[in-house]
Amino acid sequence: MSALGSAAEIGKRIVVRKTAALSLAYLVAVALAAAFATTVGFDPLSQNLARMLEGPSRDYLFGTDELGRDILARVVYGARTSLITAAGAVTLAASVGVPMGLVAGFFGGWRDAVLMRIVDLKLALPSILLALALIAVLGRSQVAALTAVGLTGVPTFARVARAQVLSLRRRDFVTAVEAFGASSPYLMFRTILPNSWSPILTQMVVLSSVAILLEASLAFLGVGIPPPTPSWGEMLRTGKEYLYESPTYAILPGLMLTLTILSFDTLGRALSAVLEGREDAPVRRGAGPA
Amino acid sequence: MPDPVLTIRSLSVTFVGPGGIVPAVRGVDLEVHENEVVGIVGESGSGKSVTALAVAGLLPPSARVTGSIVLAGREVVGAPREALRLMRGQDIGVIFQDPTTTLNPLMPVGSQVVEGELAHGRLRVDEAWPRAVELLREVEIADPAGRAAQYPHQFSGGMRQRAVIAMAMAGRPKLIVADEPTTALDVTVQAQVLALLARRQAATGAAAILISHDLGLVAEVAHRVAVMYGGRIVETGSAHDIFKRPRHPYTAALLKSAPRIEAAEGRLDPIPGQPPTPTDLPAGCSFHPRCAIGAHRPRCRAEEPPFRSVAAHGVACHFAEEVAAPATIDAPAAARRPSVGQGEALLEVEGLKIHFPIKAGLLRRVIRTVRAVDGVSLRIAPGETLGLVGESGCGKTTTGRAIMGLIPVTGGSIRFRGRAIENAGRDVLREARREMQYVFQDPYSSLNPMLAVGDAVAEPLRIHGCYDEMGGARWIARLFEMVGLSPSVAHRQPREFSGGQKQRIGIARALALKPRLLILDEPVASLDVSIQAQIVNLLQDLQRELGLAYLFIAHDLSVVKHMSDRVAVMYLGRIVEQSDKATLYASPLHPYTQALLSAVPAPDPSGRRRRIVLAGEIPNPASPPSGCHFHPRCFRAGPRCAVEPPTFEPQPGSPTLRACHFAGPLEATRGAAGAAS
Repeated sequence: MSALGSAAEIGKRIVVRKTAALSLAYLVAVALAAAFATTVGFDPLSQNLARMLEGPSRDYLFGTDELGRDILARVVYGARTSLITAAGAVTLAASVGVPMGLVAGFFGGWRDAVLMRIVDLKLALPSILLALALIAVLGRSQVAALTAVGLTGVPTFARVARAQVLSLRRRDFVTAVEAFGASSPYLMFRTILPNSWSPILTQMVVLSSVAILLEASLAFLGVGIPPPTPSWGEMLRTGKEYLYESPTYAILPGLMLTLTILSFDTLGRALSAVLEGREDAPVRRGAGPA
Repeated sequence: MPDPVLTIRSLSVTFVGPGGIVPAVRGVDLEVHENEVVGIVGESGSGKSVTALAVAGLLPPSARVTGSIVLAGREVVGAPREALRLMRGQDIGVIFQDPTTTLNPLMPVGSQVVEGELAHGRLRVDEAWPRAVELLREVEIADPAGRAAQYPHQFSGGMRQRAVIAMAMAGRPKLIVADEPTTALDVTVQAQVLALLARRQAATGAAAILISHDLGLVAEVAHRVAVMYGGRIVETGSAHDIFKRPRHPYTAALLKSAPRIEAAEGRLDPIPGQPPTPTDLPAGCSFHPRCAIGAHRPRCRAEEPPFRSVAAHGVACHFAEEVAAPATIDAPAAARRPSVGQGEALLEVEGLKIHFPIKAGLLRRVIRTVRAVDGVSLRIAPGETLGLVGESGCGKTTTGRAIMGLIPVTGGSIRFRGRAIENAGRDVLREARREMQYVFQDPYSSLNPMLAVGDAVAEPLRIHGCYDEMGGARWIARLFEMVGLSPSVAHRQPREFSGGQKQRIGIARALALKPRLLILDEPVASLDVSIQAQIVNLLQDLQRELGLAYLFIAHDLSVVKHMSDRVAVMYLGRIVEQSDKATLYASPLHPYTQALLSAVPAPDPSGRRRRIVLAGEIPNPASPPSGCHFHPRCFRAGPRCAVEPPTFEPQPGSPTLRACHFAGPLEATRGAAGAAS
């Protein structure tokens, strides 16, 4: 199992990895930019129709879009959309999936069968199709996008939580608490769940990248969050139309999207390696056998 | 005298890891001669296994080895890989603790036994199979020709270890290294395997190193003994001398701390503190903080004692001359606890049955039933200890857990304070569980790793909603004091404690609700020898102070004798004999009890007794033998035993209850058997 240390210790062991440290720094920067975008004075909505589809210039560092809006400002606000959707979707997925998995694994029997068949059914449907159907019903909105993306993450969390319960259920410390007369909810949420946090946390980080990609895909298909709210997927979609007039249009949102997904993925991988003790022995100069 | 097979000179092994430098072995000198068995005794962290691995050249690359190991005239330290490989094939055979992980599960046992000889080109492929059969015959596996083609999972634990021995001996090695070879096996199987190992060693004349934590086991087979502590050998000598006249305070204390089956009852004399970890060795003599002689002497604290010769022993102690011989059976007879076992029963178990269905196929039909517990009756009075003894798989733990209401009961009744609790509803169980608690075998897995130990001890109170009512933080502090821990450690995490300390925390947690009955499931089995005595004493003190009743589940007959008022012996789901302690140990009536008692190794090489070595192993409880479950292994069984299960009833003229058609004292049966033949 995980060699649990304090949060600070885990943080230190992640940051030791160069790629993970870089990813973390990038994500923190993006999050800060998104959070303080308004304070810094970016305005993603003000139009300057005199300067449409311009390339990079002193006024507009990454040029303007088809309505003369600042691409840089829109990308920074787009980060906000992406991160909020990802955070909301992952929270939604975890808060539905984890209890499902806990109940299925803890009780077994028919509850397990029913819940896990629902999960299988969900996995059999392509996520994008399900998301499209859901948005068709709910209409285009932030909430709809978030829900659609969140639902696709439910099976992962259910399976991770169930696997944790199955491996922890027969451990002595769980039996000990059961022997004191603890109720089933107590065992599930107070004893087993806190001991399962490390794989669940890892999944949350990994699924953030999936959620951002899915949100961007929906926006790219034109069913994401409705305009004029800036979103990277939406910008890619419009940028594609003006590829000849303004080749630089799509570069920044595309780059941001790629880097963000890559960073979440790298961080998730580092996290799982550290938490599950799969760390490669640190190579130290001069410490090897002669 | 010919040159020794193995000569170790100032061997040091240091591990270099992310946690720093760990000195595991610090200057070991040892010689092993042809036809000699040298026992290395030590607790966990003493460096005994690392020494063995160094001899076999099997240490991981992170180990830095200095000194010299000469095996059959060749230097092992710093030898090239290829030389080591050749050496392993012909000069040395290694037997590890767990036969389950030593054998390759995907390869027939016969092929594995000759794998080494084939790889070294000492065996032609067409000769391999007959050779495999021959080797298995040598380790006394029945039907070797048929068994050679089988896979490890078709072998029982004892047979696997026999196969491992065959594998280690295949190349006729000059040196056999056996690292805890019987620790993973049951008592009666241990006796078989140890006897086999001794016979094979004698037959080949090889030198052997036997590594064990069990003093009795080493006393039984070793010619010479080396005692290790804190990475050094602290004492060497002939087996007889070491056990009769130890010269190192650690050896003397270790011998005194172990419960002895032949000893009178009384308090055990534990070694205080706990064995040091290699990362955290005390300065000076590493034993001084726990030593009766040197704890307060500045010389022991400052100066590591050199290894010197004292009266035919080698000893590393400044004051070896002061060490007194352990007087055998000198413990003052403890004041007998006043009449326990009288009055109304606290716990009454009648005809308890626990069957587990085995389902298979598409329709999940029940194809067989495992009768884990098949008609067990027990009675425990307030303040009394009932010892429940048996080998693994006999159903003793299942019985304990069923009493706690953790496993559904198939049949029979469990009454706690007169109230039926078998398969009871939540409320009834909840009430019973306030007065009945469980202590687990493995202190490492029985504490929630995410909870500070103070919260773990408080958890039962919070679950029952009586934290404040019982006195809150003051009661928790009192509980820590009761089990000999400082209340100031309450905020620490479980991983900061040693095994013995964790077991103390486990006991404190079990006492939190002020129970009347504790079910102790092998509470000392996974602890170091010197720690076991501390926990046994603690349990006895708590019983006296709090008037607790214990159901003491264990496989170790010495500890059970020490702890119990009455003892029940279980075999394959049934109790075969039950009596008060004195009667059961003095005159056992059931052949199984007799065999178990004779199989207990005693740390006294002068008393190497004749063992009753039982044939075979415990059968699968899914298909138990007909009639008396024990008859296929019994040395007294008659035709009636295979047909008719014996009833569990009193032996005329004795306080003992037993289930055997031919129950009787051992001598009488020997006479009868002699007359019959």
